[in-house]
Amino acid sequence: MLFLRYFGAVVLVVLTPVSGASGDALVLSGVTGERGGTLVFGQRNEPKTFNPVIAADAASRELILRVMADLIHINRATQLTEPALAKSWTVSHDGLHYVLSLRRGVRFSDGQPFTADDVVFSFQVYLDEKVRSPQRDLLLLEGKPISVRKLDSYRVAVDLPRPYAVAERLFDGLAILPRHILEPVYREGKLAQAWNLSSLPTEVVGLGPFRFKQFLAGQRVVLERNPYYWKVDQAGIQLPYLSEVDLEFAGSEDTQVLRFQDGQSDVISRMSARNFAALEKDRVRRGYALSDVGPGLEYSFLFFNLNELPEGASPEVVARQRLFRRASFRRAVSVAIDREALVRLVYLGRAAALSTPVPLGDKAWVNAKLPHIVRSLPQAHQALAAAGFSRAPDGALLDPEGKPVEFSIITSAGNTERLQMATLIQDDLKQLGMNVHVVPLEFGSLVNRVFQTHDYEACLMSLIDSDADPNPDMAVWLSSAGNHLWHPEQKTPATPWEGDIDRLMREQMVTRNRNERKRIFDRVQEILMENLPLIPLLSPDILVGAKNGLGNFRPAMMDHYVLWNIEELYWRAEAR
Amino acid sequence: MNRRWRIGLTSIFIALVVAPLLLAGFVAPYPYAEQHREYPYAPPAAVRFVKARPFVEVGGRWCEVRLLPGNGRLFGVAAPCVIFLSGTDGNGRDVFSRLLYGGRISLMTGLLSAFLSLALGLAAGVVAGYFGGWPDWLLMRGGELVMALPWLYLLLATRALLPLHISAVEAFVWPAAIIGAVGWVRPARLIRGVVLSGKERGFVLAARGFGAGHAYLIRRHLLPLTGSVVVTQATVLIPLYMLAEMSLSFLGLGVEEPMPSWGNMLTEASHYHALILHRWLLAPGVAAIPVLLGFLLLADILLDGRHD
Repeated sequence: MLFLRYFGAVVLVVLTPVSGASGDALVLSGVTGERGGTLVFGQRNEPKTFNPVIAADAASRELILRVMADLIHINRATQLTEPALAKSWTVSHDGLHYVLSLRRGVRFSDGQPFTADDVVFSFQVYLDEKVRSPQRDLLLLEGKPISVRKLDSYRVAVDLPRPYAVAERLFDGLAILPRHILEPVYREGKLAQAWNLSSLPTEVVGLGPFRFKQFLAGQRVVLERNPYYWKVDQAGIQLPYLSEVDLEFAGSEDTQVLRFQDGQSDVISRMSARNFAALEKDRVRRGYALSDVGPGLEYSFLFFNLNELPEGASPEVVARQRLFRRASFRRAVSVAIDREALVRLVYLGRAAALSTPVPLGDKAWVNAKLPHIVRSLPQAHQALAAAGFSRAPDGALLDPEGKPVEFSIITSAGNTERLQMATLIQDDLKQLGMNVHVVPLEFGSLVNRVFQTHDYEACLMSLIDSDADPNPDMAVWLSSAGNHLWHPEQKTPATPWEGDIDRLMREQMVTRNRNERKRIFDRVQEILMENLPLIPLLSPDILVGAKNGLGNFRPAMMDHYVLWNIEELYWRAEAR
Repeated sequence: MNRRWRIGLTSIFIALVVAPLLLAGFVAPYPYAEQHREYPYAPPAAVRFVKARPFVEVGGRWCEVRLLPGNGRLFGVAAPCVIFLSGTDGNGRDVFSRLLYGGRISLMTGLLSAFLSLALGLAAGVVAGYFGGWPDWLLMRGGELVMALPWLYLLLATRALLPLHISAVEAFVWPAAIIGAVGWVRPARLIRGVVLSGKERGFVLAARGFGAGHAYLIRRHLLPLTGSVVVTQATVLIPLYMLAEMSLSFLGLGVEEPMPSWGNMLTEASHYHALILHRWLLAPGVAAIPVLLGFLLLADILLDGRHD
């Protein structure tokens, strides 16, 4: 709601590619601003690399995307795809063949021209198994790579191995590399070592709005305007407006918040609800504005370990597993959780309770027909009693075999919110007579237990989707996938309903009619809510802030929440 | 003031600050895990006396505080009123009650681990000092190794290997056991020194000359010599280990939710928002001062006496 209201108020960006003296510059009509000034941004973590091919961590990727550009881009405000380096494209009837026309006259940040060769080279690198790019998986459809061919200097053909519903979205965030610089390194087999933190900032060349000027380990990265950038505003002024961007490493969220409050940084991205409340106190006096963009693409959930047990597991573990496998037990747990209290106490109301395991930011894809889950202890008692559970004289819940129900919830020790949610759920379930332990674990050992050893009982976790579409979650819902949290990497679906989900998810992936896809994904959510492999909890709001006077500041609920339109950001005269 | 008086007064002071912690089940108005979800981050209640009868304010309403309200607690207010003398945390749990229960856990951990490390230290120190030779070498070099290990990092690493199911008692005992087991070296060295000098003293040599056995010599002559060292060490180690427990729980390695300890309560207070908006969460830090001060004062007086 908040999100709609916020964006209802701003002028929609209309994109009209025109060709002019400076080649095919992209004109952002409706965008105006003034050139000059520096933006200081407090980044939580330091980047690990400047190399877009191997970057996997959020800090590196966020930085790299400021200096790189992609062919087709997802507009973070509209969540629709729009032309970027590809000024237009055509699709064959079967949806398998794309022809992309590239912008002419575009130059890299070192002045060298951009052509189809750079595109073909980039895809060659991303798809090369030896390079081990984390982007490679995104370019495989059911294990088969897409192929990219050069038609002429400004046209490339992209062939998909099988139809894919939202193929254009694959190109978002895929940085186009300068062939003239990286090809020799690639031939030597040293691409993974290129553009590391000890490289000279000027060596890193891209097509983004900025280029590297300086990197001080442990302190900051300074970006300067790319003089060859290919976007102009409606008045014909070349973007970006800002002369420099200073990304300072804060190390922790509290430091980020302190620096922002003190005016040392101009923008703050993704803070906790408590810090948001703390900052709100000084808002007017310090001259900054805070905004709640609404629930984003993060969703938190509780799940039970449903893995196959190794041979020789103790009878105690076997009994507990039998318990977790009962859908009636998982349903009772779900209905006993006070989601409203989680929203109110943990996120101070800046989150939304979920009734399906799809983040609320993915609004268009949430099955709105699913009933809202209202906490009801009588309903939970009833469900448990019907499944043969009983209460001991001391109030403890006994499973149908007469054993007291006791289990532990593991959660990441580093995340205060999730830890508090687990504590509240522990108290909720105590009222059903369940004896629940909360075990905070260091994130690495948590991941190890969930994905490798399967030595846990229940886990409270969050996922952040990379796109507002069902496809990024294929890796969660497919029973053969590695992120199928409750029972990863199944050879054949362990249950009939997981088989149904596999079939439906594959079907939606190749269905090109959007309504049809939505219908299929709605059915997936119904099956998920009947069986509750993930018990959905809530989606936290995206909370951001910026100094007054920053023009065109339009925070989005997708990643790069505040800097996604960095080329349009500018300082109003009074703020300089 | 003479020393006896100073020891007496300090002991009374310690007893006064420690008594409410030990009697937490009676003095605290609420159980430590009770959540009042309608009152997250409630500030400390305002107390007012009307005709010598205390009232607290809750949401604009004044409720009378009753002594011995009949629920086995020292004081309380009739429902639906609530009393949060030191405010509540993010889950709506009474900070004052958690402070008392948490203090009891921190204090008991301090006492238990001090006892453990003194017992281990005494055994190791006496064996090393009395027998000398290879047992001495083994214990002292082993002790140096223990001192040299980066325990905090080892604890962080080993925590992941512990079983997930830990009962409330185990959750309390294991940090105490670890602190105690790591801390034996220092008392052991001191006691070794006392035993080393003691075994050369005339009456010990004489007893040995009369044919006294090892067990008799140690029990009758050497252990009494170590008495004052043990008592002084105890007063130094108890506050030290209380702090150690607080640090472990602060880092999430000690007592776990929903059980409070001063350390894990301070974790919540360490966030920026707490310093700005919810300062009452810092109560455990303030409460620790008189308790630690009491023990350290006593240690100081006892050490003074030794120099006299």
